[in-house]
Amino acid sequence: MKEAILKEIQQIIPKNRMLTDLQERYAYSFDASFGEYLPELVVQPQTKEEISEIMKLANKYHFPVYPRGSATSLSGGPLPVEGGVVLDLSQMKKKLIIDKENLLAIVSPGVITGDIHRKAEEAGLFYPPDPSSSQVSTIGGNLLENSSGPKGLKYGTTKEYVIGLEVVTPTGEIIRTGGKTVKNVTGYDLTRLIVGSEGTLGIVTEAILRLIPKPKARKTLMATFPKLTDSGYAITNILSAGILPAAMELMDQACIRAVEHFHPLGLPIDAEAVIIIEVDGHPLAVDEEIKMCQEICSRAGATSVRVARDEKERDEIWKARKMVSPAITKMGPTKISEDATVPRSQIPAMMERLQEIKEKYQLNLVVFGHAGDGNLHPNIITDKRNKEEMKRVEDAVGEIFESAVELGGTLSGEHGIGILKAPYMEMELGKAGMMFMKKIKEAWDPNNILNPGKIFPKPGQTRVVLR
Amino acid sequence: MGTSHRETRQLSTSNSLYEMVYDEVNRCIQCGYCLPACPTYESMEKESASPRGRINLVKMAAEGKIDVTEHMKEPIDQCLGCRACEVACPVNLDYGHILESAREAIREEHKKRNRGISFKEFFFSQLFPHSRRLRAAGNLVWAYQKSSLNKIMRKTKRINRILEPMVQMEKALPLVDAPVKRVKPGSVIPAKGETKARVAFFTGCISDAVLHRTNRLTVELLSLVGCEVIIPERQNCCGALHAHQGLKKNARDLAKKNIAAFEHTGADYYVNNAGGCGAMMIEYDKLLKDDPEWNDRAQHFSSKMKDISILLTKFGPLPFQKKWEGVITYQDSCHLRNVQGIHEEPRILLKSIPGATYVELSGSDRCCASGGIYNLLQFDESMKILDQKMGNVKETKAATIVTTNPGCLLQMRLGIERCGQSHVMQGVHLVDVLAEACGVG
Ligand SMILES: Cc1cc2nc3c(=O)[nH]c(=O)nc-3n(C[C@H](O)[C@H](O)[C@H](O)COP(=O)(O)OP(=O)(O)OC[C@H]3O[C@@H](n4cnc5c(N)ncnc54)[C@H](O)[C@@H]3O)c2cc1C
Ligand code: SF4
Ligand code: SF4
Repeated sequence: MKEAILKEIQQIIPKNRMLTDLQERYAYSFDASFGEYLPELVVQPQTKEEISEIMKLANKYHFPVYPRGSATSLSGGPLPVEGGVVLDLSQMKKKLIIDKENLLAIVSPGVITGDIHRKAEEAGLFYPPDPSSSQVSTIGGNLLENSSGPKGLKYGTTKEYVIGLEVVTPTGEIIRTGGKTVKNVTGYDLTRLIVGSEGTLGIVTEAILRLIPKPKARKTLMATFPKLTDSGYAITNILSAGILPAAMELMDQACIRAVEHFHPLGLPIDAEAVIIIEVDGHPLAVDEEIKMCQEICSRAGATSVRVARDEKERDEIWKARKMVSPAITKMGPTKISEDATVPRSQIPAMMERLQEIKEKYQLNLVVFGHAGDGNLHPNIITDKRNKEEMKRVEDAVGEIFESAVELGGTLSGEHGIGILKAPYMEMELGKAGMMFMKKIKEAWDPNNILNPGKIFPKPGQTRVVLR
Repeated sequence: MGTSHRETRQLSTSNSLYEMVYDEVNRCIQCGYCLPACPTYESMEKESASPRGRINLVKMAAEGKIDVTEHMKEPIDQCLGCRACEVACPVNLDYGHILESAREAIREEHKKRNRGISFKEFFFSQLFPHSRRLRAAGNLVWAYQKSSLNKIMRKTKRINRILEPMVQMEKALPLVDAPVKRVKPGSVIPAKGETKARVAFFTGCISDAVLHRTNRLTVELLSLVGCEVIIPERQNCCGALHAHQGLKKNARDLAKKNIAAFEHTGADYYVNNAGGCGAMMIEYDKLLKDDPEWNDRAQHFSSKMKDISILLTKFGPLPFQKKWEGVITYQDSCHLRNVQGIHEEPRILLKSIPGATYVELSGSDRCCASGGIYNLLQFDESMKILDQKMGNVKETKAATIVTTNPGCLLQMRLGIERCGQSHVMQGVHLVDVLAEACGVG
């Protein structure tokens, strides 16, 4: 970075919040996905004005700017692929206000999602989006990736809970979208446009979130199925019986075995699938619903159905699910975590496709995920140093994407496109769909300053590259 | 712009670092689950001060992308070694091993470049194990004059920077027990009443010098609950300070000597009262895993070594005599909690004291930033973390703050001094409190 530009940035940002040393910059060269890109400078802004000034400079001198939260992105979202400046927003975390009267939270972008959960609960309220990374991820990252977790089935994703934003645009303007009301039809819905835009259309400097009353009760069960397809029927039967569980999680046999091997919990290693169902709401309704779920599972062929009698038993059930991630990383150093999503009715078909892909490419592929909303997590365990195997992994990942789209689904239900899935965008959206997205990007960011290299594939880029 | 080319210059690759930890650092999935657990990430607010950042920098150094001393050293020096990150990590990364290997690589690199360790590090490593030298300001000057460095280091500014933390530390040091009262190596103290077990007590080098009263009381409590206590001769420092400074070889030698000394006693359990030493010793099996001659013996030793709180809960209840007055709170020793996994027992013991009001300290599981000699080497950073903790301590309204490790104890006393509470608050070892409530003094 040219001395002259650095000097100008110093006029905006105090020295202790500008990181220039090589080791400091390397510490911002990665996220939880692949690849490593060294930024030329890391800036830790504290105000929207500082950010606005930086964006104006960036447009003047044409250097790229990469917003970053806690860098837990699994798709390369915050990676500074073209160098330039990393904007570390994780330290912009002062504001976390719970407005009990209006059922709102007003937050700075660097606030940790888990802290919003806790604060809301203290006030008897509930912020539902629950990505499993919520103890680490920033709300800014959640907004820009439109993150969600198990509760997405009943409560929807992050976008359902954002009603207003303060945004610095790529050209340095400060704007407000939406407001403090749930109903708002004034003009285009820019809030929804920014949410899920992966930091390519603006930098969120404050958000107004909608909270809901905390459900009074919940009940949880775990059901074991000798046949994978039967678990699929149980899931669809429950949903068509008019029950909308708060969560419905599925683990396949490879997963069950991995967990049991890693941390014995007494899981049935011969079963082809285990599902975990949680219902919440009014205590009376919850009792009845869990009973119905229990019956439907048994009728669909479950060999055992266990309903948690207390919080301790509930924790035990969820422990099995939480152990999946650590357990499978024991199987190899590299984990490729996909989140292709299909319509619910296609879950059995998708599961079948995944088994075929696993055999075809001879890979260590396990499947778990949020079965209720069709958001499966096929994970491939491999070693990125094994070049030959990584080639097969790339082919397999491509085929997973193709299967999901063919079955009427999408490339990504949760983790975003980033750099990893960019080559497959056109497959899902078509040429015209892509063109309109590009036009939006060009209108907001004429100089392609903000998070360039993401979402849109480079010319000629047609497949995922992990090596 | 793009990435500048200046950075592609040749950097010294530490192949030993690659060999020691490359596989382990590659297991890090960079999920960041460790970030909220890390006290230095919280206080320094940047990724290079986080576990994930440090692990990545070790990886970069192993790959030769950054320099071991020029770039990796500072972030590694700033790590407390509290290992809270290990507890938070979903893939059970062995951060302790990564940290020690990084320190070893730094030391090797220094040697190669003929640089030696910094003046500050030398000064403290010479002094700290000999705590009596620290006792009076006069002694400080004495130590300084003795060290051959005084001629080179006459610049008063530099001296002041180093002496300030020590002068503050001095206030935190406890009173000395009369020599006749001290626990003597080689002695055997019979159990009071029925003998339930024979235990061998590890006195620890720092505790022995600074906290020998606590050591004596430890032995008395053990005897009270029915343990015959042997004080093995020829035991020595656990090696933690050496291992943490990257002197693994010295640490291994010390470990072997301790193993031999304790085996000799034939005791049922080995016991210690210092969280940090205990953590070091329960990991002797890891330290000596590549040594076929010692591997089994080390495993045996590690499995027998217990913290005092474990044995007191196992063989208790303690025969309490007095009613306690005032609020008690507890600050975990990181190595007791994060490495030995012990956090229930000290709390159970404190709550069992008749009359005691136990109030949980918010953030008690977070490091007090004593970190071996971190508080001396990284004084400012350490005090930032400590002062914040003292704010939480004040909220408990405690008159007694209890810890289970000499380093933490001194740090808490320093904290009490710094926040001007020494007239209403005392910092003591768990054993001191229990002994007092049992009427032994
Ligand atoms: C172990 C693990 C489990 C996970 N589980 C889930 C899950 O269950 N569900 C799920 O949806 N995701 C999950 N993720 C993915 C990830 O945690 C989410 O995408 C999360 O929202 C990212 O938040 P972050 O703060 O880390 O953002 P980052 O990764 O730093 O950034 C994400 C994107 O947002 C942009 N950005 C960040 N802050 C701002 C801002 N203030 N303004 C503008 N742009 C910004 C960045 O440029 C980037 O494109 C998981 C990740 C890991 C490592
Ligand atoms: S929690 Fe473990 S795997 Fe995750 S970033 Fe920290 S050290 Fe790496
Ligand atoms: S040992 Fe403690 S200070 Fe060091 S990285 Fe881990 S949590 Fe942070």
